[in-house]
Amino acid sequence: MTPDAPVIEFRNVSFQLENGHPLLSGVNLNIHRGETLVLLGRSGSGKTTALKLINRLLEPTAGSVHVDGRGTLEWDPIALRRRIGYVIQEAGLFPHFSVERNVGLVPWLERQPPAQVRARVRELLALVGLDPDGFARRYPSQLSGGQRQRVGVARALAADPPLLLMDEPFGALDPITRVEMQREFRALQQRLRKTVVFVTHDLREALRLATRIALLEAGRLVSVYAPAEFLAAADPVAAAYVSAFRTEDDSSLS
Amino acid sequence: MNLIEFFLKNRGEILTLTGEHVWLVGISMLLASAIGLPLGMLLTRWPAGRRPILGGANVIQTVPSLALFGFLLPMPWLGARADRLAIAALTLYALLPIIRNTYTGITGVDPAVREAARGMGMTDRQLLFYVELPLAWGVILAGVRVATVISVGIATIAAAIGAGGLGEFIFRGLAMVNNQLILAGAIPAALLALTADFILGRLEGRLRARA
Repeated sequence: MTPDAPVIEFRNVSFQLENGHPLLSGVNLNIHRGETLVLLGRSGSGKTTALKLINRLLEPTAGSVHVDGRGTLEWDPIALRRRIGYVIQEAGLFPHFSVERNVGLVPWLERQPPAQVRARVRELLALVGLDPDGFARRYPSQLSGGQRQRVGVARALAADPPLLLMDEPFGALDPITRVEMQREFRALQQRLRKTVVFVTHDLREALRLATRIALLEAGRLVSVYAPAEFLAAADPVAAAYVSAFRTEDDSSLS
Repeated sequence: MNLIEFFLKNRGEILTLTGEHVWLVGISMLLASAIGLPLGMLLTRWPAGRRPILGGANVIQTVPSLALFGFLLPMPWLGARADRLAIAALTLYALLPIIRNTYTGITGVDPAVREAARGMGMTDRQLLFYVELPLAWGVILAGVRVATVISVGIATIAAAIGAGGLGEFIFRGLAMVNNQLILAGAIPAALLALTADFILGRLEGRLRARA
């Protein structure tokens, strides 16, 4: 495979529910190595659906999604998902496992020696800004929202996957923690250079984090923008998005 | 002779029959769990089986216990001994709460947790054994607890077919119109039910707290 071939490729992808209701229609999109592609859109625009098609939690009803040049249906789903870190809103941590077990779960499932898993967990906790001595033995219920989200990110990075899918990971956090997490995410991404697909409905978050922004509306891909282009985009959907955020800013200032 | 004197005088037999009672219920609960837990887990993976299996367990529950003993009597191996027969009937009665709670406990696990588990590449078996079951134990145990308490009661009727247990006193007391005899069966049975309920309740509380 050539080095600049897309890591993830949507080829005319549609997904509809069993009752025929379409969630995604005819999406074509290439995602490149090392970039942070933000899927931006309103609730129901299909962004989470698009994300789940990548790690085959869903399968396209038409078209195909390719990861590393291979269609997701040709992958063994378990092997595919182990290559892809997955972070969701509220983190989805296992409440009956300590932080240490949560983070070390995938390496443990892959039967890495316990000492090695423990070392990796400590390294990851430090990476996401949590003191390993203080947090390794705690349970998710003993963490704040921000800490839980950090653990979620550490867990997704545990097996050092080249790809990272993040579904509104900071959506449930208070504004101050959110901005802090966004800043740390950028710093982390500059070091790790993962290929990240990031779902959000927050334009400000998209502008802060994205290499490129893919705008979805009612299951269709409107267009893909560089962050700088987005604010000046002529497309009515993008313009509506921008003006909605400007209005919100104005009203919150007055 | 008052009740306490009666209990003291007959303590040997009361203890023996209580022991039989515990044995009948204990074995039945082990068997019912051994059958009901896997069935409940299976139903979470096999939607088509839900109606027939839960429906079947439901129907068994509606059969009066004395009639169920009667139905099982002509069975080849089962009908040969009264205790086998009683254990079979108690096991059948215990199935519904155990299957249902296993199923509900597993399907009640937070969908976000389940999705995270699948998304990080757990196989279905790993999802079940490392995530769903540990989180469902509290609910599952509540089913076992209900089943046990019901069984302690139903097991008294097993004496009618000669399977022993505290029902012996009750039936003997009914036949002889002797209230002390009836109480000699009923009070230990009630205490047994309360004790089982208390112990399993404590265990359940601990499991729920962990989840």
